[in-house]
Amino acid sequence: MADDTPVLRLEGVCKSYNIGTPVEVEVLHDIELELGRGEFVALIGPSGSGKSTLLNIIGLLDRPTKGSLFIDGQETNRLDDTAITGLRGHSIGFVFQYHYLISAFTALENVMMPLLVERNFPTDDMRQRAAGLLAQVGLTPWQDNLANNMSGGQQQRVAIARALAMNPALVLADEPTGNLDTKSADTVFELMQQVNRTNGTAFLLVTHNMELARRCHRIVEVVDGRIVTPGSASASASA
Amino acid sequence: MNRLTPFEWITALRFLKEGRMQTIFIVTAVAIGVAVIVFMSALLASLQANFIKRVLTSQPHIQLIPPDEVARPLRQPGSGHILAAIVQRPAQRIRSIDQWQKIRDQLSTWPEIVTVSPTMTASALAVRGDASRSISLTGIDPEVYFRIVRIPDYIVAGQPRVQTDDIVIGTDLAKELGVTLADKINVSAASGASRILTVTGLFDLGNKGANLRTTFVALRTAQALSNLVGGVTTLDLTVTDVYAAESVAQAVQAATGVEADSWIRTNAQFFTAVNAQKTSNTLIRLFVGLSVAFGIASVLVVSVIQRSKDIGILRAMGTSQGQILRVFLLQGGLLGFLGSVVGAAAGGSAVVFWHGILRQADGSELFPLVLEPSLFISAVFLAVMTGVAAAAVPALRAAKLDPVVAIRG
Repeated sequence: MADDTPVLRLEGVCKSYNIGTPVEVEVLHDIELELGRGEFVALIGPSGSGKSTLLNIIGLLDRPTKGSLFIDGQETNRLDDTAITGLRGHSIGFVFQYHYLISAFTALENVMMPLLVERNFPTDDMRQRAAGLLAQVGLTPWQDNLANNMSGGQQQRVAIARALAMNPALVLADEPTGNLDTKSADTVFELMQQVNRTNGTAFLLVTHNMELARRCHRIVEVVDGRIVTPGSASASASA
Repeated sequence: MNRLTPFEWITALRFLKEGRMQTIFIVTAVAIGVAVIVFMSALLASLQANFIKRVLTSQPHIQLIPPDEVARPLRQPGSGHILAAIVQRPAQRIRSIDQWQKIRDQLSTWPEIVTVSPTMTASALAVRGDASRSISLTGIDPEVYFRIVRIPDYIVAGQPRVQTDDIVIGTDLAKELGVTLADKINVSAASGASRILTVTGLFDLGNKGANLRTTFVALRTAQALSNLVGGVTTLDLTVTDVYAAESVAQAVQAATGVEADSWIRTNAQFFTAVNAQKTSNTLIRLFVGLSVAFGIASVLVVSVIQRSKDIGILRAMGTSQGQILRVFLLQGGLLGFLGSVVGAAAGGSAVVFWHGILRQADGSELFPLVLEPSLFISAVFLAVMTGVAAAAVPALRAAKLDPVVAIRG
């Protein structure tokens, strides 16, 4: 794939619910959006504006009613569920507001999980990669702790490491700092920026925090299911 | 996480380990169910084996008897006439099996037949002084007959020796006649012939009626007393497979023309009882199995609800529906396996315990211990299959969870 191929492109994406019924409602209208490689974009908008729906469609957890979605240059509309699952596992990492670590596993095992799902058998490579990612987020001393025994900030850092396990082109972060105190939120945000700079991973960050949004390369605002600011990639923006 | 352990196994084991209390409770429930099944099955098999052993060491597997005598009316109805005849069934006198030596030699070559023993049975009167008792006189060739009916095992005094002037009698008859070993009794047969015989052995068959009536003498003695020299009234057989006795009896009857009764036909009531026991045991197994299945299913349904966020996040990470399905099916199978291993061990131990405790009055075992490995293997296999089947609904539910809905909770 050429480097100038956007990691994400949406063309005329619409999403409706209750299709064919009297209460059919369109929550996303004709969305056009593009994310270049290594971009760090904030997605903002009031509650109920359609941000989460848009994020679910971009994350291949939901399908658009109309329009096209390209991940890493690959059109996704015609892919079956198996291919969608595979593409999601390979190309997209998720960080949620609540960390959603699997409590039955240690921090290291949680980070290994996407690799394990993909390769089925744990290997030394897998373990080394997971340990490396935990070192990158500063959690080496806690790598053998069960997820439940860590603080919220630590858990969110583990979630970031897990999102990076498959070295995805795009990480979708849904209010990753929304549940953290100011200091932890700042640490987590800086960590994501550092990963963005170091690995060249694109980030689409949903946030209500305008201070953090302003520190991103650009801001995309969604209001009533429409993007009200231009969706094209900015030429350059530094963290 | 061990190397070479697939994702599904690692996740299933961790989920079970994390929900440890739930796991312990349901494994205990499965274990109790399997223990009941194993205990009942083993006990039933043991009691059945004991009964069969007792029945088959006190009677032949197949008995050949001469065909009944029938009256053949000589007068036939003429043309245009109808004859309203009343044909009276003739009294059945003691008769020999025709050409029994030839039949014996023929049957001895059959691979499914182990022993062929000619016997002569007749009614007689045992007299000593003023006392007399009616007895059933069985003339035997001891060398062959004792391979079929283990009289030596039941001898309580003397020896199972039956030469020309010997008689072996039951303990109750000995009491009634007031005789003991080496005493003589006068045996008068229905034919009118009589003979003085010496008591050489006393047996106890565990049944007063049998101990009163059954007596054993040499074959030629019985033949002489019955005025049937050279004849036998029955040919007793044992076969290699006791449960195939009926089909062998039918084959013998077809080949020889002599009526053949198998122990299965003569003990039809026993088989009715066995079948009733089997049916009730099967029903108990079915209901225990169902309760185990519903127990596993309910635990896994709760687990799916509790873990819906985990399932959602696993799906978001690229876990396929098939992998999620297998994680929960494996949990069902593992619960079934763990419970059944514990239950099989407990059920087996309980049978051994009861076998040790329950004794007959003479201290011998009440029933032989029958613990077939196949019982344990099939119990574990069935429990695992039940666990997997019970997990099917929650596993499908987990696999079909919409990741968006699951994550949102």
